[in-house]
Amino acid sequence: MTHPDAGPTAYLDHAATTPMVPAAVEAMRDHLLAVGNASSLHASGRRARRVVEESRETIAQALDCRPGEVVFTSGGTEADNLALKGMFWSRRGEDPRRTRILTTAIEHHAVLDPLHWLVEADDARAELLPVDDRALLDVEALRASVERDPDSVALISVMWANNEVGTLQPIDEVVAIAAEHGIPVHTDAVQAVGHVPVDFAACGVDALTLTGHKLGGPYGVGALVVRREVSVSPLVHGGGQERDIRSGTLDTPAIAGFAAAVELAVKQRAEEAARIAALRDDLVRRVIEVVPDAHLHGAAPEHRLPGNAHLGFPGCEGDSLLMLLDARGIECSTGSACSAGVPQPSHVLLAMGCTDEAARHSLRFTLGHTSTQADVDAVVAAIGPVVERARAARR
Amino acid sequence: MRVLAAMSGGVDSAVAAARAAEAGHDVTGIHLALSRNPASYRSGARGCCTIEDSNDARRAADVIGIPFYVWDLSERFHEDVVEDFMDEYAAGRTPNPCLRCNEKIKFAAVLDRALGLGFDAVATGHYAQLRTGPDGLVEMHRAIDHGKDQSYVLGVLDQEQLRHSMFPLGGSTKADVRREAAERGLLVADKPDSHDICFVADGDNAGWLREKLGDRAPNHGGTIVDESGEVLGEHAGTYGFTIGQRKGLRIGRPAADGKPRFVLDIEPVSGTVTVGPRERLAVRRLRGIRPRWCGTVPERLEGTVQLRAHGEELPARVSVGESVDIELLEPAYGVAPGQAAVVYDGTRVVGSATIEATA
Repeated sequence: MTHPDAGPTAYLDHAATTPMVPAAVEAMRDHLLAVGNASSLHASGRRARRVVEESRETIAQALDCRPGEVVFTSGGTEADNLALKGMFWSRRGEDPRRTRILTTAIEHHAVLDPLHWLVEADDARAELLPVDDRALLDVEALRASVERDPDSVALISVMWANNEVGTLQPIDEVVAIAAEHGIPVHTDAVQAVGHVPVDFAACGVDALTLTGHKLGGPYGVGALVVRREVSVSPLVHGGGQERDIRSGTLDTPAIAGFAAAVELAVKQRAEEAARIAALRDDLVRRVIEVVPDAHLHGAAPEHRLPGNAHLGFPGCEGDSLLMLLDARGIECSTGSACSAGVPQPSHVLLAMGCTDEAARHSLRFTLGHTSTQADVDAVVAAIGPVVERARAARR
Repeated sequence: MRVLAAMSGGVDSAVAAARAAEAGHDVTGIHLALSRNPASYRSGARGCCTIEDSNDARRAADVIGIPFYVWDLSERFHEDVVEDFMDEYAAGRTPNPCLRCNEKIKFAAVLDRALGLGFDAVATGHYAQLRTGPDGLVEMHRAIDHGKDQSYVLGVLDQEQLRHSMFPLGGSTKADVRREAAERGLLVADKPDSHDICFVADGDNAGWLREKLGDRAPNHGGTIVDESGEVLGEHAGTYGFTIGQRKGLRIGRPAADGKPRFVLDIEPVSGTVTVGPRERLAVRRLRGIRPRWCGTVPERLEGTVQLRAHGEELPARVSVGESVDIELLEPAYGVAPGQAAVVYDGTRVVGSATIEATA
């Protein structure tokens, strides 16, 4: 019998979440038993505050931003919500004509859902810009959309790297277009930080989302890096702990673990990315050798996240493939997103021009810091019989 | 054996999965997502199609210690069960979507996919018993708990489907199953039973049909007449009626003889609903179509038939030719075309047919 606690032999879902690195575990453990609210004035409070501020400085150094630009949140979703809603309200408050939010059709739901909410509950107008068959933003479409009426654009939000197919977006071009009209840019860099070079000061965006658990830190902590000149209306009121933009008692141990993970991920990024990309390329090449009609979705290797392999297996249900691989201890995800408990074809794949059918026969393998050659070998060994079985189940 | 346990989120399917696992089978739990837009929480007496039910199933699988997945069957379910349900009502018949779901979804779409994926059987929490007969065929018998027996809604399964089915609860009473669920630490032990059609909220068939049928309905109103043709009232659509229905006719004045009136006939084209006294509902002969046999096809049989879920058993003579002709040895009342007649030989299910006409 397959026990859920038997432990996977090959974990290939690092884009969903990646294991904590020992340095982050140690950093957290050091503070879990220490008392002290970082807002308290006594010695314990000051000690906690010091940990938070040192963590903020560590993250600032790793991302090349100023410490005061790091606003800690409960994770990527909150940071994206804060950026979208907070910057929209602030910009529209300055000029009521600014009601347009421009973004891509392939954003994470943490961006799309607050955007749709702003359209329904407020007076925002959303424009989801198209991507090509590699999931690369159509920059000319963005330019045309901005230039049609630049004064009405509240903000532009474009993800740094797509979470499903791993395509890196042309952030520098987005920033250049926005800069011509003084429009702020937010980027969801949850998948990018620690995996590709991210330099906040150099890239020119106004706000950037990152989260702990995608780079070896704990769950439940992340940050919105916001340029000091940018005004953001708060979503969560009550204490104003983080620059009056975000309230709530600071989670000292989680912030310490988060900072340790960011520091390590950024420091080891170049060599880890090369190692992981080599494993990924090996996986893609050998899977296609075994299943000749399998194909890679998205951009060429140099234009995607190093750990991302998104593959289509014609004639199979992604759900069946996932289940059969899971039974063999290989963990990955499908080309579907669970929406209200029911899998729906991914909006990213549909935006890339995939049919519903193609979206349903996809699997996403994402490699990370614990991935080994043995993981790749396990996939290559299993994929042939698994695809054959999944095809039989469709007949 | 590798067993796929269909888990609705209710107590029965949870205990069925637990028993299959305990018997030493390699069990995987699945919850069937049958609606594209499931509601978050249960309302009324529904019991399988909400996210809360899916979570209940997932937690039961955790407790049993088996892997768990959600399978999206919403498209197939809509095409094969919901559409059929609407078509049948639009045609003035009274379908049973649970039989249809067993025939087309649970023991067809799900079973086929399971077999393709390398499973040997599908286990469900239905109350029915399977055993191998003297001829080597798998026989299906009524559950020992006659109050819970669900062999009627399984009467559409053929031999091939039965050979790959597993009903671990057929030898137990509902009370025992609930007690066992509590002992096993399954949180659904006290969860209420579901009674209504799973995709119709709050059991309001007529309201649901009024909303969903739209242009598909042959009429959205007509007259209620007595057998002499005298108009007694009006109605908002023939799909709101079932043969034998007594309640909700909304006829202002009482019958001349003071006796209650029942729906005798539904004419979807003209929109006419005919009502009359109970004795005019008496049926002695049934003609069935689309027969489904569990094993060998009988030519003639003296046995019993059941005409609705949890309905009584009626002694009958059955002969099988072009159609399935059933002669009832005592009259039945309120038999609606579209319902299934399930034929039994003692406790054994012989097969079923869809009632096309009555006399």
